Amino acid sequence: MATIAGTLTQPASSGIWSWITTVDHKRIGALYGVTAFIFFMWGGFQALLIRTQLAVPHGVVIDAKLFNELFTMHALTMIFLAVMPLGASFTNYLLPLMVGARDVAFPRLNALSYWVFLFGGLLLTSSFFFGAPDGGWFNYAPLSSKQYSPGPGITFYAVGLLILGVSSLMAALNFATTIINMRAPGMTMMRLPVFVWMSLIISFLLILALPPLTVALLQLLFDREYGTHFFIASEGGDPILWQHLFWIFGHPEVYILILPAMGIVSEVIPVFSRKPLFGYPAIVFAGVAIAFLGWAVWSHHMFTTGMGAVPKTIFATNTMIIAIPTGVKIFNWLGTMYGGSLRLNTAMSFSIAFIALFTIGGISGVMHASPPVDMQHQDTYFVVAHIHYVLVGGAVTAIFSGIYYWFPKMTGRFLDERLGMLHFWLWFFGVNLTFFPMHYLGLLGMPRRIYTYDAGLGWGLWNMVETIGAYVLAASILVFVWNFFKAMSQPQTAPANPWDAATLEWATSSPPPEHDFDVVPVVRARDPLWHDRDHGIEPAQPTGEHIHVPPPSYYPILIAAGMTVMAMGPLSHLALTAIGAVIVVYGIWGWALEPTE
Amino acid sequence: MAQAVAHGGGHVTSTGTSNRKLMMWIFLGSECLFFGSLIATYLIFAGDVIHRGVGPFPHPVTINGEHHEGILDIPLTSTSTFVLLMSSVTMVFAVYGAQHARPKMMKLSTLATIVLGVVFLGFQAFEFATFYHEGLTLGTNLFGASFFVLTGFHGTHVAVGALYLASLLAASFRRNGLGHEAGEHMEIAGLYWHFVDIVWIVIFTIIYLIPSE
Amino acid sequence: MSTAVIKGSDNAAIWGPYNLIMWLAGIVFVVIMAITAIFTLMFRERPGREAQQIHGNTRLEVIWTMIPVAIVVAITVPTISTIQAQSAPPPADAMKVIAIGHQWWFEFQYPDLGISTANELHLPVDKPVHFELRSADVIHSFWVPQIAGKVDMVPGHTNFLTFTATEARPEPYLGQCAELCGFSHANMRFRVFVDAQSDFDSWSKSVAAKAVTPVSPLAKQGQEIFNRSACIGCHTVNGTAAQGKTAPDLSHVGARTTIAAGILVNNEANLTRWIHNSADVKPGSLMPPMAKSAGGALSDEEIKAVAAYLLELK
Repeated sequence: MATIAGTLTQPASSGIWSWITTVDHKRIGALYGVTAFIFFMWGGFQALLIRTQLAVPHGVVIDAKLFNELFTMHALTMIFLAVMPLGASFTNYLLPLMVGARDVAFPRLNALSYWVFLFGGLLLTSSFFFGAPDGGWFNYAPLSSKQYSPGPGITFYAVGLLILGVSSLMAALNFATTIINMRAPGMTMMRLPVFVWMSLIISFLLILALPPLTVALLQLLFDREYGTHFFIASEGGDPILWQHLFWIFGHPEVYILILPAMGIVSEVIPVFSRKPLFGYPAIVFAGVAIAFLGWAVWSHHMFTTGMGAVPKTIFATNTMIIAIPTGVKIFNWLGTMYGGSLRLNTAMSFSIAFIALFTIGGISGVMHASPPVDMQHQDTYFVVAHIHYVLVGGAVTAIFSGIYYWFPKMTGRFLDERLGMLHFWLWFFGVNLTFFPMHYLGLLGMPRRIYTYDAGLGWGLWNMVETIGAYVLAASILVFVWNFFKAMSQPQTAPANPWDAATLEWATSSPPPEHDFDVVPVVRARDPLWHDRDHGIEPAQPTGEHIHVPPPSYYPILIAAGMTVMAMGPLSHLALTAIGAVIVVYGIWGWALEPTE
Repeated sequence: MAQAVAHGGGHVTSTGTSNRKLMMWIFLGSECLFFGSLIATYLIFAGDVIHRGVGPFPHPVTINGEHHEGILDIPLTSTSTFVLLMSSVTMVFAVYGAQHARPKMMKLSTLATIVLGVVFLGFQAFEFATFYHEGLTLGTNLFGASFFVLTGFHGTHVAVGALYLASLLAASFRRNGLGHEAGEHMEIAGLYWHFVDIVWIVIFTIIYLIPSE
Repeated sequence: MSTAVIKGSDNAAIWGPYNLIMWLAGIVFVVIMAITAIFTLMFRERPGREAQQIHGNTRLEVIWTMIPVAIVVAITVPTISTIQAQSAPPPADAMKVIAIGHQWWFEFQYPDLGISTANELHLPVDKPVHFELRSADVIHSFWVPQIAGKVDMVPGHTNFLTFTATEARPEPYLGQCAELCGFSHANMRFRVFVDAQSDFDSWSKSVAAKAVTPVSPLAKQGQEIFNRSACIGCHTVNGTAAQGKTAPDLSHVGARTTIAAGILVNNEANLTRWIHNSADVKPGSLMPPMAKSAGGALSDEEIKAVAAYLLELK
C-alpha cells in the first residue's frame, strides 16, 4: 500500500478489518490509548468501591473476600492495564515521528504487542467471574500457594501476567531497536527528545526486569499446579525467594511507570515556557543514573522481613542515593520555567502539577527509605500515600498533560480549554483530598489492605475525606471523557504545529499521513524545528521517491489469540496449551512468509 | 552520525547493523536474565537439599553416616553436551554456507544442526524418564523442582531453536531460497543457537560438574 | 495505634531518625512548592516579555546536586546508627517470648515461665523482652506501633525483635497484623498489657497454673459439653482432656478482655456469637460453626453453657 510522495492522504480504509490488521504505529498507539483508558476507568471504579467501603468504620458495602480481590485487581489493572499501556500508547504514536522514522522497526511485532495486551488484560479481568486473585498485586508466598488460595484466582494472576509480560517485552525490543537503529540523518543520541531517551531507558529496564518476574511466575505456577515447592517452607522452599524475584522486577517497574511521564513533562514544559529544556544533558544522565541505580534498591520493599543490618544499610543507602538524580530532574524542570513566558493552558497546568505532586511522592518515599522509619511505615497508609502521589499525582497527571498536548497532532482537533481546566482543577483538588490525608492515617497506624476498622482510632474522619476526594477524581474523569467526545465531533482543523513546538512530530500534518513524513527530515540540532525557524531554514520539498508503507496483516491478532489459548491451559487443561502452541507456530510461519513489500 | 548501510542491502540503519540482528542481540540479553534467575534458584536450594536430607541427591553424599549415590549420570550427560557442542560447529558451517552462496553446504549443515539438537533432546528425555523412575519428580525435593524447571526450559529453548532452523531449512527449498538476505537470516539463527549452547555449558558446569558441598 | 506515641525503646530509637527526616521533608516540601508556585505566577506570559533562551548552567547543576547529597548524608548517618542499635544482641537478662502468627490469631509462649496464651500479651515495664517471631502458615507481621516497629513472621524463618516497654498502664496497647494474610487479615489484632513487675508476676503465675474448675452449674455443664465436642480437637485447657494445639489456648480465656484476636469484647453475648458461627464475625475463620442452625452439633442452650464455662476460666 505505497503512496505517492507529496500527497497528504489519510488511511484509505476505516472499517473494523483495517483496525484488526493494522500495523501502522499511529493506529496501534490509538488502540493502546483507548483500551488503556477504558481499563483505567475500570480500575478507578474498583477504587471507588474500595473507598466507599472504607468511608466509615465497620463499613458494610464490600465483604472481606471481595475487598481483597478489589485491591489486588485495582493495582494490577492500574499498573499493567492502564499506566504501562498509556505510556506505550504515547511511545508508539510519537517515537517514530520524533526520531524521523516512518514506523517502528517491526510493525507487525508492534501490532502483536497490542493484541496480546488486549487479550491478556481481558483474561486477567475475566477472573472476576471465577474468583479473582486476592493476595495483593505482589502476591506473597505462601498465601499464594494452592493450600492457602485454593481458587483459580492466583493462577489467573500468573498466566495473565506472563502474557502481559510477553506483550511488554516485545514492545520493549521493538522500541529499543527503533531508537538505536532508525534515527533520521543528523539525529544523534544527544539530540533525541527527552521522551525518546526515557522510552529507550524503560525499554532496557523492561528487557532486563521482566525475566526475573517471568521466572517467579513460572515457579508460582509450578508450585500451584505441578507439585513443586519453590516457595513452601515446610518442604524446603523459601517464601522470601518469591519476594526477591518479584521485587527485582518490581522496583525497576516503578521506574518503567514514571520515566515516560517524566519524558512527557520534559517535552511539554519547554514548549509552553517558550525556551529550551534547562540542562538537557543533566536530565538525560539523571534518567540513565536512575535506571542503573534502580537495580540496586529492590530489597527496600523487604526491610521488615528479617534482613540483617548490612543488607538493610546497603539497600537504604542506595535508595537514598536515587533521590539525587530525581531531585536534579525536578530542579531542571523548574529551571526551564524560570525566565520563561509561561502559557498556562491545560497541558502546561498538568505538567506543573506533576512537578509539585511527584515531589510530594518522592519526599514520602525518601522517608521510608530509612529502615527504622520503614518499620512504622511499611504496610500502612503512609506507603499508600507515597505510591499514589507518585503514580496518580505523577504518572497519570503527566499522561493527561501529554493527552492535551498531543491531541491536536493525533486527531487534528483541540480538546476544549475550559473543560480542560475544569478537569485539571477537579483532578488536582481530588488528588490532594484523596491522598494527602493518607500520610496522616499512616502516622496514626492504619494498616493497608484491611476491609474494616474500628471506630475510636481517629481514622474515620480522614477516611471519609479521602472517599469524598475519590468521587471528586471520578468527576474530573467524567469531565475529561465529555471533553474527548465533544472534541472528536469537531472537524479536523488543527495545523501542523499549533503550539510552535520544537520536535519532529510537529513537522508533519495533524494528523500525520499514513507514511508519517512526506520527506524524512534532516536534523541539525536538538529542538530541530526551533533551530530551523531561528536560522531561516525552510523544510525540504518532497523528491517524488517511492515511500514504502508496510502492508497490513492478520497474523498478529491470530498469534495473540494462540498465545491466550496457551495461557488458558494451566487454568483448565494443558491440551489448550498444545493447541495454542500450534496456532502460534502456524501464525509465525504465515508471518515469516507473507510479503512485506 | 553518518548513516551506514546494513549487510545484505537492507534498510539504512543508524548503527550499520540490521534491525533484526540488533533485536536478536537485545533479546538474548533478556534471556541471560531469564536463565540467570533459574540458575540462581538452583544455586539457592543446592546446599539446602543436603541439609534437609531428603533425596535423591545430584551427587554422591554422606548424610548422618549414610552414603547416598548421586542421581546424575555425568558420562551420559557429557556425551549429550558434546553432541550439543557439535551442533554449534555445524551451525557455524550453515552460516558460512549461507553467507558465501553455498546452498548445499548451508542446507546440509542446517540439517545436521537440527539432528544433533534433536539427539540432545533425546538424551534429555531419556535422562528425565530415568530420574522419574528413580524417584526424582518435580515435587520430591527442591533439587527435583529446580533441576527439572531449569533444564526443562533450556530444553524448550533447544526445541524452539530446532523448529526455527527447520523452518529456515524448509524455506530454503523455495524457488528463491532464503533470498538475498540468506546470510543474515542464518547468522541471526546462529546467534540464538550458540546462545542456547552457551547457557547449556553454564548449566552443565553448575549442576553436573561442580559437586554440591 | 498512633506511631507518634512513644511507649517503648524500639519506637523511641525509631523516632531519632524519623523526627529528623520529617523536618527535612517538611523543609524540602515547602521550598519546592514555593518555588513552583512563585515561578508559575512570576513567569506567566505577558505582552512584551520574551522568554530567556537559556540552555543550562553547570554551576547550578553542581549546586543542586550537592544539596540533595548533603540531605541524603544527613539522613543516612542516623539511619545507619539506628540500624546498628536495633540489631544489637539482646541483653542476657531479657525475657524471652515466642510469638507465632496463625491465620488469624497470635500465639504467645513464654518458654521460661511455662506460659502459653493467645492474643493478649503481658509484659513487665522497663524490662527488655526478646521476641522470636515465627509463623504457622503464611506471612504475618507483628506490630504494636506505640512500643516498637514491625517485624514480619515468615514461615520457615525465625525473626527477632527486642524492646523494652517504658510505661505501665491499665489500658492495653493496640497491636495488629501488618502483612496481608488472607480473608481476615483486618481482623487479626492483639493487645499488649504493660504491667508493673508485681502485677506481671501475679499474671504469669495465674496463667501458668492449670485451668480453674468451674463453679456454677451452668459452667460445669459447659465444661462437660466442651470436653465431648469438637472443641478439644483444636483448643487446650490446661489440666483437662482438651489438648489441641492448632487454635488459641483457652486455659485462662475468661481473664482476657477481648476474644477473636482482639476484635470482640469478651462477654457472654460475643462468646455465644463466636461459638455459634465464627465465620460470621471473622470471614474465613477456620473454626467450624458449632450451632446446629449453622451446621454444627450444639443447641443454643449448650452454647450458652459453654460460654459460661469459658468465662469462668480466669
